[in-house]
Amino acid sequence: MDIVGSFALLLAFLAAVYAFAAGIAAVITRKPLLIKSARNAGMAVFGLVTLAVACLEYLFFTDNFSMAYVVAHSNRALPPFYKFAALWAGQEGSLLFWSWLLSIYAFWALFLNRKKHPELMPYVGATLAGVQIFFLTLNNFVATPFKVLAGADSSGLVHMARLSEGSGLNPLLQYYEMVIHPPMLYLGYTGFTVPFAFAMAALLGRYPGEKWIHITRRWTMVAWCFQTVGILLGAHWAYAVLGWGGYWAWDPVENASLLPWITGTAFLHSVMMQEKRGMMKVWNVWLVFVTFMLCILGTMLTRSGVVSSVHAFAESSIGGWFVAFLVIIFLVCLAAWYKNRDYLRSDNQLDSLVSRESSFLFNNLVLLAACFAVLWGTLFPVLSEWVTHSKISVGPPFFNKVNIPIALFLLFLTGVGPLLAWRKTSFDSLRRNFAWPLAVAVLASAVAFAFGFREVYALVCLILSVFVTLTIFFEFFRGARVIASRDGSNLLSAVGELTMRNTRRYGGYIVHFGMVLIFIGIAGQAFNKDVQKDMGLGDTLSIGPFTILCQSFDDVANANYQSERATLEVFRNGHSEMMLYPEHRLYLASQVPETMVAIESSPLRDLYVVYEGRSPDTGKPSIHAHLNPLVKWIWFGGIVVVLGTGLALMPNRRAALVLRPVEQRSWGDAITPESPNVVRAPIRRTDSHD
Amino acid sequence: MKAQRKFVIGSAIILATLVSLAYVGYTESKTYYHTISELVTLQGSALHQRMRVSGNVRAGSIAHRVGRVDFVLEEQGKALPVSYTGTDPLPDTFKDGAQALVEGRLMPDGQFTAEQVQAKCASKYEAAPPGGTAAPAPSGAQPGQTMNPSATPLGAGKS
Repeated sequence: MDIVGSFALLLAFLAAVYAFAAGIAAVITRKPLLIKSARNAGMAVFGLVTLAVACLEYLFFTDNFSMAYVVAHSNRALPPFYKFAALWAGQEGSLLFWSWLLSIYAFWALFLNRKKHPELMPYVGATLAGVQIFFLTLNNFVATPFKVLAGADSSGLVHMARLSEGSGLNPLLQYYEMVIHPPMLYLGYTGFTVPFAFAMAALLGRYPGEKWIHITRRWTMVAWCFQTVGILLGAHWAYAVLGWGGYWAWDPVENASLLPWITGTAFLHSVMMQEKRGMMKVWNVWLVFVTFMLCILGTMLTRSGVVSSVHAFAESSIGGWFVAFLVIIFLVCLAAWYKNRDYLRSDNQLDSLVSRESSFLFNNLVLLAACFAVLWGTLFPVLSEWVTHSKISVGPPFFNKVNIPIALFLLFLTGVGPLLAWRKTSFDSLRRNFAWPLAVAVLASAVAFAFGFREVYALVCLILSVFVTLTIFFEFFRGARVIASRDGSNLLSAVGELTMRNTRRYGGYIVHFGMVLIFIGIAGQAFNKDVQKDMGLGDTLSIGPFTILCQSFDDVANANYQSERATLEVFRNGHSEMMLYPEHRLYLASQVPETMVAIESSPLRDLYVVYEGRSPDTGKPSIHAHLNPLVKWIWFGGIVVVLGTGLALMPNRRAALVLRPVEQRSWGDAITPESPNVVRAPIRRTDSHD
Repeated sequence: MKAQRKFVIGSAIILATLVSLAYVGYTESKTYYHTISELVTLQGSALHQRMRVSGNVRAGSIAHRVGRVDFVLEEQGKALPVSYTGTDPLPDTFKDGAQALVEGRLMPDGQFTAEQVQAKCASKYEAAPPGGTAAPAPSGAQPGQTMNPSATPLGAGKS
C-alpha cells in the first residue's frame, strides 16, 4: 500500500505540473483542446491525492508498523476514530492532508466552472496547479508520509524493519474535537486559495469588472467560516484539554490561524466597496493576495517551528521551502499587479466621513492594524534576532494592549456601519437609527456600573454589545413590520420572509450578532477567579458561590492509559449541586501525562476544576479550581456565526420584488434614508447578482 | 477631497494611538532569550531585563523548599542555579534531566528567579506537553513532532 500511495503522489505531482504548464500554454494559444486537457489534469490531481490519503489511512488501520509515520503516531490499542485522525497528527501527514483538501477545492472550482468564464478559467487552473505543485513537491520529495523503517546492519546490508507496536498518538490529540479541529482550520487555510486564484486570474487576464468577486464570494465565505470554526474549536480544545483555565494565549500557532482570518474578514467587508461603488480595487486584490500568503505563512508557522513556540522546541528543515514559496508568491503578485495596475483604477472617491464607505475603510484600517500587530508580535523573536542579534519575545500584554481597543472599535463599527448610508448620511437618519439603541446601551452600562461593575474595557464592551444587538434587532423589526403590514402576515413569519429575500444582508447581521456574543464571552474573562489548594480527604475549597468537598481519590487503568482521579462534591448555599471527577492520566504507549479537566458549564459561568497531581510538598492531591464567567457565550456565538454564514450563502428569494418595487424600496433601503441630497444613480445594486 | 483628508487624519490618530499602546505593551512584556553561557557576559541594563533561559535540569538538583523550588540548569557544561517562585505547579514533565525553559530575572548574586517554568520530557516527543501558563498550539497538528526512523531500534519483528 505504501508503494501505491507513493506512486499516486508522484503521479499527482506530474499531473499538477502538466496542469500548470498546459494551463499557461492554453492561456497563450487559446486552443480549446489544451484548455480542456489542462483542466482535466487539474481535476485528476484530486483523484490521485485521494488515493494516497486512502493508502495512508489503510496503513493506519492495518497497524502497519513498518511505516515510520504509522509508528510515530499510532499504536494497536488506539481507538479507530483516532487512528483515522492520526493522518494529520504529524508533519508529513498534515502536509498530505493540506494537499488533499486543496485538491478537493481545486476540483470543485474547476468542475463547477467548466462551462463558464472561458477567458478566466485557464488562469485559475494554472494558479491552482502552481500552488499544488509546491505542496506536492513537499509530499513527494521533502516530507513523504510513506517512509518505511529501514536500517543497515553491521555488514552494510539494508534491512526493512517492522516494529510490533507504535509509539501512540500524542494524548493531547486524543480528544474528539481534535479530530474535527485540524480539518476545519486546514479547510480554511486551503479554501482561500480559490479566491486567490480567481483574483490572480482576473488581474492577469484583465477580466472586466467585479465578476471575480461575485464568483468567489461564496468560496471566500466558506473558507472564512471554516477558519472561524477552526479557530474556535482550537480555543475550545485548549480550554477543555490543556487545563490552564484559558482558551487563548497568543501562542505563535494560535496567532498563525488568526492572521488570515483577520485579513479574510477585512476582505469580506471591503469587496462590498468594490461591488457597490467601484472603489478599493487595488486594495481588494492585495487583501486576497495577503490573505493567501498569510495562510501559507500560517501553515509554515504551524509546521516548521520557525518561531519557536515555547511548546515546540523542535525545528525542522521545512521552513526554507515555505519561505522560498512565499517569496515566489509575493514576486508573482507584485509583478501581476504592477503590469496590470491601470486596470484597477477606482471609479469613485470618498464623499463623506459619515458614510458607509468610511465605516468600511475604518474597518479595514483597524483590521489590518490588528493583523500587522499580531504578525509583528509573533515574528518578533525572529526579527529582533535578525536585526539586533538578541532574541526578544513579546507576551500577551503586547497583544492585548493593541487588540482590545481595536476589537472594541470594530464592535462599534459593527453597530454603526450597516446603518450608515452610502456616500453621505444625514444627521436626521443618524438620530433615527441610533438614538434608541444608544440610550438603552448607556442605561444598561449605568446600571452595571451601579452594581459595582468597574472594569473599563468590560464596561465599554457591555455598552457596545447592547448597542449593536439593538441596532440589529431594529433592522429586523423595521423590515419585518413593512412586510407584515403589506402581506398581512404576522411579524415572525415576516422576519423569515425578510431574511430570505436578502440572505446576504440579514445573514450578515446574524454573523454580527454571533460576534457580539463572542465579545461578551471574552469580556467575561475580566472577572475570572481561581483558587489552588492541596486537598486531603474531607478538605474543602471555596470559590465564588461554590464549596468543593474532596470525597475520594482512586486509580483507573485500561489498555490505553492509567489515571489518578479525584471525586469532588460541589455545594452551593449548603446544597449539593453536582459531582466532578478531574483526572490525571498517563498514556502508556507514549508515557506522556495528561490532565483531564472537569468542567461544569452554564451560561453564566464555568466551574473548571483541574487535578494537578500530588503536591511534592504535602503529598496531598493538588486541586486547582477556576471560575470563568460567560465562557459558554463564546462557543454559542460561534454557532450563531456559522448559522449566519450559512444563511448568507443561500440564494435570495425574490417573489415580491417585481410586483411591488416601490414598497420593496422602503424596507430594502432602510439603510439608505431617503434624503433628497443622496444621489442614487452611481450606486450599483449587485445584491441580487448571486 | 475634504472627506479624504478627514479620513487620513482620523486614520493617523487611530494608528498613533495603537502604536503607542503597542510600545507600552512591548516594554511591559519583552523578554530576552539568553543561553547560560551568555549570562556572564551581560552588562548594565541587560542584566536586569526579563529573560528566558533554557537548559537541562541537573539530576538530583530539584529541591522543594517552602514557597519555592530550587534546581540547577545546565547547558554545555555551564550551570545556573534557579529558584522557582511562581504559583502554578511545575509541569509533570519537569524531572531530572528534562529540558526546561525558565522565564524571570537574574539576581545580583547570580541566582535566577523564575516566574514560569516550562519543560519537556527527555523522551521521544519533541513537542512539550502543556506546562506553565501558556497553551500549546491549538492547531491540532502537533508542532514539530518528528520522528527519526534511523533511531528506531532494529530487529524487533523484522519483516
